[in-house]
Amino acid sequence: MQKKEFKTVGKGIRKKDSMQLLLGKPVYLDDITPSECLVVKVLRSPHAHALINEIDTSTALKVPGIECIFTYKDVPQERFTQAGQTFPEPSPYDRLILDRRVRFVGDAVAIIAGENERCVDKAMKLIKVKYEVLTPVLDLHEAKDGKILVHPEDNWKAPCPVGADNKRNLCASDSTEDGNVDAVLESCDYVIDRTYHTKACQQAMMETFRTYTRMDHFGRLHVIASTQIIFHLRRILSHALGIPNNKIRIEKPRIGGGFGAKQTAVAEVYPAFVTFKTGKPAKIIYSREESQIAASPRHEMEIRVRLGADKNGKIRALDVYTLSNTGAYGEHGPTTVGLSGHKSIPLYTGSLEAFRFAYDVVYTNTQAAGAYRGYGATQGIFAVESAVNELAETLGIDPTDIREKNMLREGMVMPAYYGEKTNSCALDRCMAKCSKLFGWRDKYPVRTMPDGKIRTAGMAIAMQGSCISNVDVGSATITLGDDGCYVLSIGAADMGTGCDTILAQMAAECMDCHIDNVEVAGVDTDSSPYDSGSYASSTTYVTGQAVVLACDKLKKQLCSIAAETLSCTDDSLEFDGDRISNLETGEFVTLDDISYQAQCNNEIAVRATATHSSPVSPPPFMAGMVEIELDPETGSVDVLDYVAVVDCGTPINPNLARIQTEGGLVQGIGMALYEDVTFSDKGKIEENSFMQYKLPTRLDIGHLQVEFESSWEPTGPFGAKSIGEIVINTPSPAIAHAIYRATGVWHRNLPITPEKILFGIE
Amino acid sequence: MKITLTLNSRTITADVQPDTLLIDFVRNHGCSSVKRGCETANCGLCTVLMDDMPVLSCSVLAARADGHVIQTLEGLQNEAEEFIGFIADQGADQCGFCNPGFVMNTIALLREIPDPTDDEIKSFLAGNLCRCSGYEGQLRGIRAYLESRSNKQNSEDI
Amino acid sequence: MLKIKEYVRPESLDEAYELCTRRGNVILGGMLWLKMQDRSINTAIDLQALGLDNIEETDNEFRIGSMVTLRQLELHEGLNAQTQNAVAAAVNHIVGVQFRNLATIGGSIWGRYGFSDILTIFMVLNAKVELYKGGIVSVEEFAEMSHKTRDIITSIIVPKSPCRAAYISQRNTATDFPVLTCAVSEINGIINCAIGARPGKAKVIHDLSCDPKTAVDEAIRQLTFGSNLRGSSRYREQICGVLIRRAISSLQNTEVHP
Repeated sequence: MQKKEFKTVGKGIRKKDSMQLLLGKPVYLDDITPSECLVVKVLRSPHAHALINEIDTSTALKVPGIECIFTYKDVPQERFTQAGQTFPEPSPYDRLILDRRVRFVGDAVAIIAGENERCVDKAMKLIKVKYEVLTPVLDLHEAKDGKILVHPEDNWKAPCPVGADNKRNLCASDSTEDGNVDAVLESCDYVIDRTYHTKACQQAMMETFRTYTRMDHFGRLHVIASTQIIFHLRRILSHALGIPNNKIRIEKPRIGGGFGAKQTAVAEVYPAFVTFKTGKPAKIIYSREESQIAASPRHEMEIRVRLGADKNGKIRALDVYTLSNTGAYGEHGPTTVGLSGHKSIPLYTGSLEAFRFAYDVVYTNTQAAGAYRGYGATQGIFAVESAVNELAETLGIDPTDIREKNMLREGMVMPAYYGEKTNSCALDRCMAKCSKLFGWRDKYPVRTMPDGKIRTAGMAIAMQGSCISNVDVGSATITLGDDGCYVLSIGAADMGTGCDTILAQMAAECMDCHIDNVEVAGVDTDSSPYDSGSYASSTTYVTGQAVVLACDKLKKQLCSIAAETLSCTDDSLEFDGDRISNLETGEFVTLDDISYQAQCNNEIAVRATATHSSPVSPPPFMAGMVEIELDPETGSVDVLDYVAVVDCGTPINPNLARIQTEGGLVQGIGMALYEDVTFSDKGKIEENSFMQYKLPTRLDIGHLQVEFESSWEPTGPFGAKSIGEIVINTPSPAIAHAIYRATGVWHRNLPITPEKILFGIE
Repeated sequence: MKITLTLNSRTITADVQPDTLLIDFVRNHGCSSVKRGCETANCGLCTVLMDDMPVLSCSVLAARADGHVIQTLEGLQNEAEEFIGFIADQGADQCGFCNPGFVMNTIALLREIPDPTDDEIKSFLAGNLCRCSGYEGQLRGIRAYLESRSNKQNSEDI
Repeated sequence: MLKIKEYVRPESLDEAYELCTRRGNVILGGMLWLKMQDRSINTAIDLQALGLDNIEETDNEFRIGSMVTLRQLELHEGLNAQTQNAVAAAVNHIVGVQFRNLATIGGSIWGRYGFSDILTIFMVLNAKVELYKGGIVSVEEFAEMSHKTRDIITSIIVPKSPCRAAYISQRNTATDFPVLTCAVSEINGIINCAIGARPGKAKVIHDLSCDPKTAVDEAIRQLTFGSNLRGSSRYREQICGVLIRRAISSLQNTEVHP
């Protein structure tokens, strides 16, 4: 496929569900599932580490309306993982539905189901638990080979060789090296050796975790869940409940945001177990507090970077060691950590002579981490980009110049990225355009305003992937309907990102029709073709390519039907969207004709399915620049302007790509400046609500400007790469950079609060 | 206890518990546009109009609404339709879960300040969190609506 | 979860008072704080039918009914002209419009919350709390009264003396609870300053010097600071001087009203 003018692709058209969403129509889980069902809630541990010695539910069970209460005594004893990943999962099998050992404040102790919320709340208070309180390991530095084991049990297992060892509190461990890093560092004029630290930030999607379960007319478990991973979820529930996959059906309605949170089966297992045991419909709706304390946030990471350079700013070696905290369970632990090196080191492929990337992922008695937009790359890029900025400032070289000297460019082979070659890379153009739009030369210098406040700027570049290469699978089924319209069926999950629309745009482009002629079917394991799910930035790139392939197939099948009608061979026919014509005779049949022809005495399907997987994961790129105003007397920082220029290949829908970028920037600003996660000395998360965990409001973000500098990715649909995750990666390093410029102090621990800034200045 | 209120122009008399919250009451009366995003009155998703004023229905007892006029997005579809297309044109609806609260408070804003500045828009809507859009698209959408409205008025004046 | 056994909307202050003297009964303000608590209430007393939701302006004072919302305070022209918009500045960072349409001045004052912007600003406006039984006391005195007192705030009275006022708060995000609040007024030539969110409740420092530097020293000497999630005592102490200095400077740049 070559670059050309497209009719539907590349157009900023409305999301197909826009008006329904904006008019508040009932489309989300709690709007569309019956309220007549068992209300399910979870009793949670007040201790970070304890054994349940006694649990007495007898009084609680007497509360009128209570259907059942389950404890660790009632659940299957096979361990499983809640991570939504391709089988066999890299995440260890370390969970039971309920366990006698509780491993963090908020861990599940009992499942309570009853007629209504009131009786369930009442019963929850009446469950008597006697804990043997154990000393927790809360600090990620003390976990590896420490005395306290989070998972001492013998039936713990890691299905993949990820360097895990539960007897050492290790969820994963590895080291890779290319060239002789120590020798190159030894010979460098400058070595920046720094350690950076990021917190377990929360996705904080507006719709909390929720699931409805019932038994269907075949006696199968029918699950409606707010999830990004319908097929993985089916397998996770099958493992958890010990029932076959085919006895479970998963459906997904509209989702009120995910950002990776819903790539882990955080809540589904509880109502599923209730329905499985009682045969009755059940629903769980997580409170915001549960979503803050017992869900799937970002992995806390501490990253040491040793960056070696010559005196002209040529970056010769990078040595990155990441210590990642997976919390009490290992969901996404072995994989997120990989991105902290794989998506940061390659940015400097241009000059790098050697690199090493090593990591340990440890268990602690804190909330289990999961997948959050950026998936480890965000943490790694904060560290490496900060180190590069530190180098630039040390050498007195403009940070754009230092990147100009060292950055990855199109056509380069990336040793730190599985040896992949960049087929498409406009990183250099992104930075140049960003500089210009932002006015880097004017804003980078430190300026003191008349009121004493300081203005200056900082920057960063970033990359991500477009899928998990050689793993992710996307599929699409396209069907010609009665009236010449199509139905596109996918198993990827639109969680507000607009992928239903984007994939429909691709189908419309392929079938040469209006976007309104492509309907997108609901996502359902019974009817949708297999898809790994919406994560790893893969939907546009992988499932999009499956759409293109499915459309090609369907066109051929439609031509075969037309060939019979027109009594000619397939290869003399041309499909133009409305009709199929015999180029030699000028005879034609319309799409309408074919749709009805297909229903009468016909043996050729008007449905095609294609499945795609990619051997490569072409990185999108971006540059971000921020201007801040800092109050040196209070430490307050105002973000004034943020300019970002992104290379996501062809933006299939520039409006949606822009909103993705703006949304990611704002999440990144929050992460950099105030989204904090702190613990009491007993291991309880203090920021357990939106009152304490502060998301950016529209008054906190200044002005954002987003533009695109497109490259053409030959392996992607219509030249596209990904956009969803990369967009969160630049704010932390760029803002830390600007704060250094204003104060002369590097902040290497996020978030950078006014207090840290003020005391840094002193 | 029994309460009587006007919900989207319909008079409703119902039995409620003294601690039933307005958000749950309206959701149980067919107004599922009203969403709960937190328990701490911070997110703005549950915004309804009570006697024409935007309030958080998560923090109002249904009993307190006895005798008052409550409107949700279900009852203000036409007024919403005047501008929401401009939000859609930016792609700023995204996951949509915060949209009803945002749309309701925007209706309140445009009633109170018909021609708001960007700063007025931002501060009036500060209590409406959105985790997807980054807010800029919502602002562009409102701005585009205001411009289109003023262009229309100008051409009518001529 | 908040559980309420009975809801009553009294038709007279007498009735409301009678109810509120009984154990387990609670008067509803805006209910925003109350709603988040895990407790049981016997009778929730709603004052909405008592006409306490107006701001009356006379020649001598503003009489603000206890059910007046923070949003009404923010938009009230007379009150904000009198205070050079310090009242609006004290409330317009509080969460959002929908929140401020519910939160009441009576509820805010009654709670005597450490984080209260309201307590801070009304303390320096020499405002008085009118209690149904307890009579009229200054906001400052009220702040020190026992929380066990059973009474009803009927109004907050702000005297109309020639006044200059300024309000500044430090917040980690625009609509978060404050890390520190600072209100300063000059009334009849006397400069008073209140510092709240220390994180303890606001405290007034009386009769400060008009020289900002001296004023800061005087104030800090009389204040104690603590730590919470939003800031340490050391940080609060540090920025306290900055806020006082800025507030006094901005005072000197404003015109006395009227």
